[in-house]
Amino acid sequence: MNWKQIAVPIAALVIFGIFWELLVWVNGWPNYKMASPSDLWPSFWKFRWLFLEYGWDTLWRTVAGLVLAVVLGVFLGMIMGLSRIMRDALYPLLVGFNAIPKATVVPIIALLFVGQHDMNTILIAFLISFFPIAVSVSIGLSTLEPEYRDILASLGASRFTIFWKIALPKTLPEFFGALKVAVTLAFIGTNLMEIVEPHGRGLGHLFDSGKISADYPLMFAVLIALALMGILLYYVVVAIEKVFAGWAERAPT
Amino acid sequence: MDKPLIEIKGVRHAYQTQTGELPVLDGLVLSVPEGGFSAVVGPSGCGKSTLTRLIAGLLKPDEGEVWLHGELVRGPKSIVGMAFQNPVLLEWRTILQNVMLPLEIVSTKMSRQEREDRALHLLALVGLEGFEDKRPSELSGGMRQRASLCRAIVHKPEVLILDEPFAALDAFTREDLWQTMHAVKAEEPFTGVLITHDLREAIFLADEIVVLSGRPARTQYVMDVHLKGPRDIEHLYTPRSADALNILRHQIQIAQGRAPAEEIAQ
Repeated sequence: MNWKQIAVPIAALVIFGIFWELLVWVNGWPNYKMASPSDLWPSFWKFRWLFLEYGWDTLWRTVAGLVLAVVLGVFLGMIMGLSRIMRDALYPLLVGFNAIPKATVVPIIALLFVGQHDMNTILIAFLISFFPIAVSVSIGLSTLEPEYRDILASLGASRFTIFWKIALPKTLPEFFGALKVAVTLAFIGTNLMEIVEPHGRGLGHLFDSGKISADYPLMFAVLIALALMGILLYYVVVAIEKVFAGWAERAPT
Repeated sequence: MDKPLIEIKGVRHAYQTQTGELPVLDGLVLSVPEGGFSAVVGPSGCGKSTLTRLIAGLLKPDEGEVWLHGELVRGPKSIVGMAFQNPVLLEWRTILQNVMLPLEIVSTKMSRQEREDRALHLLALVGLEGFEDKRPSELSGGMRQRASLCRAIVHKPEVLILDEPFAALDAFTREDLWQTMHAVKAEEPFTGVLITHDLREAIFLADEIVVLSGRPARTQYVMDVHLKGPRDIEHLYTPRSADALNILRHQIQIAQGRAPAEEIAQ
């Protein structure tokens, strides 16, 4: 990684902030219509301890939901990728479930497990983010060219050996692609729960407080904090991908 | 004469499709002595790849038997090595690690150093010295196919099955690889079956050429190749080779149904 790879994204963020500031300034919008970046600093500073505390709540719940989504998503993807019957059986169910707006699932979960706020939040983060992982793993496994299987199968290798030495590593690039999508979805899930069913914790709750007290810059500040956490987690995934699937990235020619 | 190492007796195989049974092989006979190298040619889609999967034990014939080294084939055996038109190298491994892959399955007794030495020896033999730490994507098509060949023979298989390994290469690279095949066979003797669409390739590499009929494929014609052992590319351009080519071309036309079948001479 050279300095350009760091400087370019940061420059893009700065330019975006400048445009945002200009947009608000040119239109003469008051901050209850649209807060500008310069309005956000006072909010961040005023609620800095709450941002840290609630930010941590949101972050660990999101990561827990993601871990759950990876474990169960990979498991489902394996079942669907290795068995034609399971694929035919599970795909309509999964697609149907994924089409249900998760905002409507929030009250159901909240009623099912009354008071289990951490678990409820993690559950929604998981429900909203496992789908792309399951689909990509299943596609990766089911599209494995037969010759790849044959080079080991012809030596009498077991199905598990073929999976471990060939199918699994070959699916890793697709898996990480899906994980990058899942990261942002998991944040949406966590905040959905925190905003729709506020229980006094998490950035979603802070957003809700801003709404109740008509503190618009606070609401925008929460959104920006969420965006930053999303970027942070995304790059964590990119770093893990570099370790486990760095081979998939071709050298520039 | 020795007992054949590969013996296929009246094999029949059909695939189940939505419109019913689709027979691809019917009454196929093939016999390769130890150290022999047979080329199998035939019209497109006549079931040549099915044949390779039967020999490798990856498929079971509906009728008939496949024998390897005096044993009836009932499932995959580690005495087989395979290479395909697609080199199917694993991108997350280096060339050396790719070549060593079969040893991880078969030779659990060999030490890591022994496996590495064996793989390096083969890579040098096919002219890939110095490329052992490269990734497959960094190599040309011909080099990848060379590595794939090393992987197919690294565990000293008694039977080497080549399913159109040179079909996707350009003409010059292909001729280079033909020469490499002879060099490899001189140093690492094997008994082989080569599936190909290229009649010149069959004449240059094989001791015996088997022409399969159209689907369902049976053994239509067997030709004993007049060239023996390692040979130079010039031998392809002698009158005898030209005659052999003509006979084979004619047999393929019969197999395709484009020439009258009564001319079949066995």
